[in-house]
Amino acid sequence: MKAIRYTGLLLFLFSFFLFLGIFFMSSYTLSREDFQNIVKPEHQELLADKFDNIIDQEYSFSIPFVNAVNGAIDENNSQMRAKQQWNKVIYDQYASSLTRAATHGLIKEQTTMLFILVFVIGTIGALMYLTPQVKLAGPAGIKNTGIFHNALNNRGWLGISIGVLLVTFYILLYFFDAYIMNWIILVDLIQKLINPGAQASQWFLYGFLYTFSVLVMGIRMIIKYRQSKYQIVRTLSVMFFQTAFAFLLPEILVRLNQPYFDFKNMWPLDYDFFDAWHINTLTSAGGLGIFMFAWGITLFAVGVPVFVFFFGKRWYCSWVCGCGGLAETAGDSFRQLSDKSLKAWNIERYLIHAILVFAVIMTIGVLYSFITGSNTMFGIDTYTYLRKPYGFLIGSMFSGVIGTGFYPIMGNRVWCRFGCPLAAYLGIVQRFKSRFRITTNGGQCISCGNCSTYCEMGIDVRWYAQRGQNIVRSSCVGCGVCSAVCPRGVLNLENKDEDGRFGEPILIGNDGIKVEA
Amino acid sequence: MSKIVILGNGIAGITAARHIRKHTNDSITVISGESDHFFSRTALMYIYMGHMKYEHTKPYEDWFWAKNKIDLLKAWIKTIDFDSKKLITSTSEEITYDRLILATGSQSNKFGWPGENLRGVQGLYNLQDLDMMETTTQHVKRAVIVGGGLIGVEMAEMLHSRGIHVTYLIRESRFWGNVLPEKEGALIDRHLKEHHIDLRKETELEEIIDDGKGSVKGIKTKSGEVIDCQFVGLTVGVRPNIDFLKDTSLEIDKGILVDEHLATNIPDVYAIGDCAQLKSAPSHRRPIEAVWYVGRMMGETVAKTITGTPTKYQPGIWFNSAKFFDIEYQTYGSVPARLDENHESFYWEAADGKKCIHIVYEKADQKVTGINTFGIRMRHEVWDKWLNDGKTLSYVVEHLPKANFDPEFFKRFEPEIQQQYNEEYGDSIIISKPTFFQRIFN
Repeated sequence: MKAIRYTGLLLFLFSFFLFLGIFFMSSYTLSREDFQNIVKPEHQELLADKFDNIIDQEYSFSIPFVNAVNGAIDENNSQMRAKQQWNKVIYDQYASSLTRAATHGLIKEQTTMLFILVFVIGTIGALMYLTPQVKLAGPAGIKNTGIFHNALNNRGWLGISIGVLLVTFYILLYFFDAYIMNWIILVDLIQKLINPGAQASQWFLYGFLYTFSVLVMGIRMIIKYRQSKYQIVRTLSVMFFQTAFAFLLPEILVRLNQPYFDFKNMWPLDYDFFDAWHINTLTSAGGLGIFMFAWGITLFAVGVPVFVFFFGKRWYCSWVCGCGGLAETAGDSFRQLSDKSLKAWNIERYLIHAILVFAVIMTIGVLYSFITGSNTMFGIDTYTYLRKPYGFLIGSMFSGVIGTGFYPIMGNRVWCRFGCPLAAYLGIVQRFKSRFRITTNGGQCISCGNCSTYCEMGIDVRWYAQRGQNIVRSSCVGCGVCSAVCPRGVLNLENKDEDGRFGEPILIGNDGIKVEA
Repeated sequence: MSKIVILGNGIAGITAARHIRKHTNDSITVISGESDHFFSRTALMYIYMGHMKYEHTKPYEDWFWAKNKIDLLKAWIKTIDFDSKKLITSTSEEITYDRLILATGSQSNKFGWPGENLRGVQGLYNLQDLDMMETTTQHVKRAVIVGGGLIGVEMAEMLHSRGIHVTYLIRESRFWGNVLPEKEGALIDRHLKEHHIDLRKETELEEIIDDGKGSVKGIKTKSGEVIDCQFVGLTVGVRPNIDFLKDTSLEIDKGILVDEHLATNIPDVYAIGDCAQLKSAPSHRRPIEAVWYVGRMMGETVAKTITGTPTKYQPGIWFNSAKFFDIEYQTYGSVPARLDENHESFYWEAADGKKCIHIVYEKADQKVTGINTFGIRMRHEVWDKWLNDGKTLSYVVEHLPKANFDPEFFKRFEPEIQQQYNEEYGDSIIISKPTFFQRIFN
C-alpha cells in the first residue's frame, strides 16, 4: 500500500517536473512564410527590415524570441510615434501567434505523448498517491494530523516554493502568454477534442489546468472528509460545476457558433459582463444570446437574494463558484493559514466592500459609455480610469496572482475573503436577510480552537461558540468544515426561521445564571 | 477600588475574571505559573498531533487582557498568608489581595508505583506536561498507557498519530468502566482496536522498569508480564491541585471545601473549578467535577457573588462530551455504568457498530433520566428541556428528530431507532420520515 503511494508520488513528480521542463523544451525559428501568413500585409511592410535578423534565426528559448519580436514592433511604434504617423503604430498582438508558428521541437512533434506523460501519468500518479489513504490513514474521521508540522501546510519551504511558482505562473499567464506557448500547445489536443476548429489559448490552458486541479484535488477532498456526507456532496457539486459549466459548456457553445458563456458566473465577479463588446456579442447572437444576457442579470438580481435567503451565500461560494471550487479542493491544504485576528477582520471589511463599490462604479461607467457612446463620464475616461485599472488590479492581480498564488501563505480564500465583490454582495444579503446561520450546541463548547483554526474565511468561530451565540457573519461561505472538525458536536449549519437568528448568547447548564454573555 | 486576585488562568479563573470585569471596575489580577495567557487545556492533544499550534488554543488575542484591564502575572505561588491577605511566589515576592479566587485546577494522580518518577513516565494535564511529552517521545517506538479514562484515550491518540505503538492497560473489563455502561464500553473497545491500540483489559500496573540510566525501559503488570516500552503515560485520574495549601487555615478535604456560594471558610476567599469541592453537592451532581463546563459555570457564578449579587452555584442537568479517536460522545443527564433496580434502559446501535444511543428511564413511570449518544450529535437545548420536564421514553423516542444535531445530508437513524423501540416495547409511535424538502429547509 505504501509502495503504491510512493510510486504514485514519484510518477506525479515526474509529470510535474516534465510539465515545468516543457517550458524550456522548444527551439524557435520564424520562417519568412509564417511571418507573411500571420502579419497583416500593411504591417509586413513596416516590420520587414526590423524582422530581418529575427526571421530564420534560431532561438533556443521562448523569452529572447518573444522579446525580439516585441522589440521589433516597439521599435517601429516609437519611430512612428516620433514621426506622428499614428496610423502606422501597430496595436496587434503578434507575439503569441508568431511564437506558436516559430515553435519547433518535441512539443509539436510529440504533443500527444507529452500530454499523456504529463496529464495522464500525472493523474494516475496523483490518484495512486491519494486513494490508498482510504485504508492507510485509518478509519474515516478528521485527518489533520501533522498539518502544523508539515512544510507544505505551515508556510514551510515547500509551501513558499509552491507560492512562488503559482505567482510566477499567474503573471506569465495573464501578461506574457507568448512565453508559455509550449504549455498552451500541450493542451491543443483537448481543445480540438471539444472544438476541432479551435486552437488553445492561454485561457484554455488555464481552464484546463483549473478543472484538472479541481477534479484531482476534489477526489482528495472527498477521501479526506469521507465521514461527512455534507462535504462529499458539496465537493461533488463544485467538481461538477467547474467541469460542466465553467469548462465544457462554454467551449461547446463556441463550437455551436454561440457566444462563449459560463452560466454559473455572474456580475460583479464576472466584471466584464457589462462591457460593450460583451453586451454586443450576446445581443447580436440571436435568441440564445439574449437569453444569456437575461440569465446573467436575473442570476445576480433575483438568484442571489432568493437563494441566499433560503440557504446562505454558501449555495454559491462553496457549492457552485469556480474560485470557491478551487479553494475547496486544491486549496483545502491551506485553509488553516487564514488570519483570524480582529485586525484582519477589520481590513477585510473595508477592503472587500471598497472593491464592491469600485466594481459598481466601474460598471456604471462602462454602461454609461455603452449607452451614451461617450468615452467620458463626469470628465473621466471610463476605460482608462475605471475599466482598465479594475481589470488589472482586481481582475488579474488580486483574484489571480494574489488570490491563488498566495494560497500557501495566506490561506485558500484570500480573494473570496478580501477581494471578491460578489462575495461582498452575497455577504450583505446573508448578514441581513437570510435563514442561514451556524448554530452552537448549548454549552458544549470547550474553546479548543479547531473551528477557528480551520475556518478558511478567518472567522473566529470559537469566539461565538464559546459564548453560545449563533454565528451570523457576512463572510461565512458555509463550507461546513468548522462543524466537521469540532470534537464535541457543537457547530451546525442550519437554515431556519429568521426569528432568533441574532438571539442572545445562551450557555445551557448553569441554572443559577440567566441569559448573559 | 478593591483588588481581586485570581489564582489560575484556566477556564474557571478566566471566566471569573471576564465576568467580574463586566460588572465592576475593580482591579483584577490573574496569576499563573503555567502560561502567559489563557489557553484551552482540552486542546493540548491537538498541539501534539499537529492539528493546531499553541497560539491557536488561545481563545482571546493577547491584546484582549490589557484592553479589559485584566492584569496577568506569570508566577508560581508557593503559599498563601490568609491572615495578612498575601500570596507568596516561588521567588518570595508578595502579592496582596482584597478578595481571592482560587482556581488552581488539578494535577495528575500517581499511586506510588515503583519507577513512577523515571524519565519518560508522565501524566498529561498542563502545558509543561505537553512540552515534556514532546521531548521524551521523540524517538519512542512503543508506549504503555495506564488508566482507562478520557486523558488516557487522548494520549493513545496522540502517540498513535506519531506512529508509536500503544499498549493500553485498563483495570476494568472495558474502557472507562466506571463511567460507561457495558455496551458503550465495548463499542469504544472495538474502535480502539480498529486504530491498532493494543488494549489490555483487567490488567494492572505492578512496576515501571528502569533502564539503569533513569529512563523507562518497560513495565511489569500484576500478572507478571513484562512489556518493553520507552514511554509510560499515567492517566489514572486527576486530583485537586492544592498541596501547597495544606498547612494553611483553609479548610480542605480532597479539594478546597466551598459552600453553595463557592466561598471557603476564610472570608473573601473563594474556590472554583477543578480544585473546589462542594460541601453539599446537589443530589444529581458530584462534589468535585473536574470538567471544563463546571469551571466555566463556577467562574460566572462567583463573578456575580463577588460583584455584589450573591448567587448560588446551581448546576443544571449534567452534560459532558468527548471524542474517542473518530467517535464523538455526548451525554445528558445521568447514565450510570450500572443501573440500579429503579431504572431501565433502551439501547440502540447502528449496524456499523460505531453509533449508538442509550436512554435511561425510571422503571416506575418511564421518565427519562439520561442519554448517552455515540456518533450522533444531539441538541443540548432539547435534551436539557426534556430531562427537566421529565419526558417519558416514548415521548423522547418519538420526538428524537427534534434533538438531532448532525450536519445536513447525514444519514438519519431515527426511523430505525423508533422501529426498534416499537418492537421492543410493543408501542406504536409514529416513525418519522422527513421529506426531502423538510430536510433541506429543516
